[in-house]
Amino acid sequence: MSYVPLTPLDLMLAGALLAVNAAISWAFSLKLEKSLAVATVRMLLQLALVGLVLKFIFAQTSPAWTALLGLIMVVAAGVEVMSRQHRRIGGWQAWGLSMATLLFIGVAITGLGVGAIIGPDPWYAPRYILPILGMVLGNTMTAISLVLYTFTETAARERASIEARLALGAHRFDALSGVLHVALRTGMMPILNSMATTGIVALPGMMTGQILAGIDPIEAAKYQVLIMFLIASATALGSFFGGLGAIMLLSDSRHRLRLDRVAAARA
Amino acid sequence: MLRVEHLRIGDLTPLSFEVAAGECLAVEGPSGAGKTRLLRAIADLDPAPGQVFLDGAERNEMSASAWRRNVRFCAAEPAWWTETPRSAFPADTAPARLARLLHSLGLEESLLDRPVALLSTGERQRLALARALIDEPQVLLLDEPTAALDAQNAALLDELIKYHMLSQKSVILVSHDPKQIERLAHARLLLPKPAGTPATGERAA
Repeated sequence: MSYVPLTPLDLMLAGALLAVNAAISWAFSLKLEKSLAVATVRMLLQLALVGLVLKFIFAQTSPAWTALLGLIMVVAAGVEVMSRQHRRIGGWQAWGLSMATLLFIGVAITGLGVGAIIGPDPWYAPRYILPILGMVLGNTMTAISLVLYTFTETAARERASIEARLALGAHRFDALSGVLHVALRTGMMPILNSMATTGIVALPGMMTGQILAGIDPIEAAKYQVLIMFLIASATALGSFFGGLGAIMLLSDSRHRLRLDRVAAARA
Repeated sequence: MLRVEHLRIGDLTPLSFEVAAGECLAVEGPSGAGKTRLLRAIADLDPAPGQVFLDGAERNEMSASAWRRNVRFCAAEPAWWTETPRSAFPADTAPARLARLLHSLGLEESLLDRPVALLSTGERQRLALARALIDEPQVLLLDEPTAALDAQNAALLDELIKYHMLSQKSVILVSHDPKQIERLAHARLLLPKPAGTPATGERAA
């Protein structure tokens, strides 16, 4: 049992299905045609480019090339965290916070998963490191941006009661503990939900990929379990650092709530 | 004694003044002049250049918590972070003391265990004042403390503030009630009309 390679004609046939999207957009005057075209072209270019880059890097099997691509992935994830914020958190500290958290978690969790648990030969085999790093970063990115988003929105909404506590002499960690609580729960909820329902409605993407590539479903499930554990710990760490960082960014050493460091909500 | 030196609030000329122990300074001025911002800056809730001393000690010489335990801002619209008012009071509050304080504000003790959402605006405001007074701060910064109260309860609150001053505490009072200022204040500070507003008429808050 081996997998069936796709020809350009196969892809064109599948692409023709987008006519459904175009037809709905046109019939209801949704004006989505342009967005559809841009999204399709972007997807084609990005995936083709990633395919080419990965092919090149897999051929090199060099730690330096792997590290370089890993770093680019971290930066891209950091940019995405910041651009997902409804209220922009000011300054280089917020950028530093998300980049440093992503870098730390990416290296630690991927290193643990690939280096200590899977143990491929050589240990820096990009075929293992890069896809796992991508999944770890993608989920950590979601967790950090959820935590930052929830934290800033909740702090802005609860401003009066936070400052009432500060005015009575509370430490900033005490005054912001309720906000932190909400933010951490929000950050860690998605992975708990997906762990609880995985495999029931849809097969996880990586497991699907391995099965299509001809791997035994039991082996594919084992890999999926490993990945879920890695992702769960990565999102917990990401939520924790994101929440801690949010406290430091939105308050100062004189225990003042500094919502002035957050830009007004975007329209 | 509270001493403010060259405190900068927004575009205002830096402010310097003193409030002696046992005295009340009334801060007046049109809406938007910076009265609330002044109180917040003294409590160190907003960063503001300048110095504030309490009995000779500058605010940065002590921790922010210690400063705000002694120099306490009480907001015009009190906010609660607990289900019931009781859990917002320190755990070591002496029950008899709390009961006395509530009675002097015309409040029943049973209000402490009622959900905050079910309290009236006036009850919330008086409970917030009780919460601010319970650990006897040296300086009280009151932002329109009687705005939501009827005449009778406002009079009770005035009495409590006077009593507080008798024990050598200072008060800075922001109020739109000239009679209240007359009753309580030993001195007045008038903040100028904010720049860029028309010569007549108050700017909407």
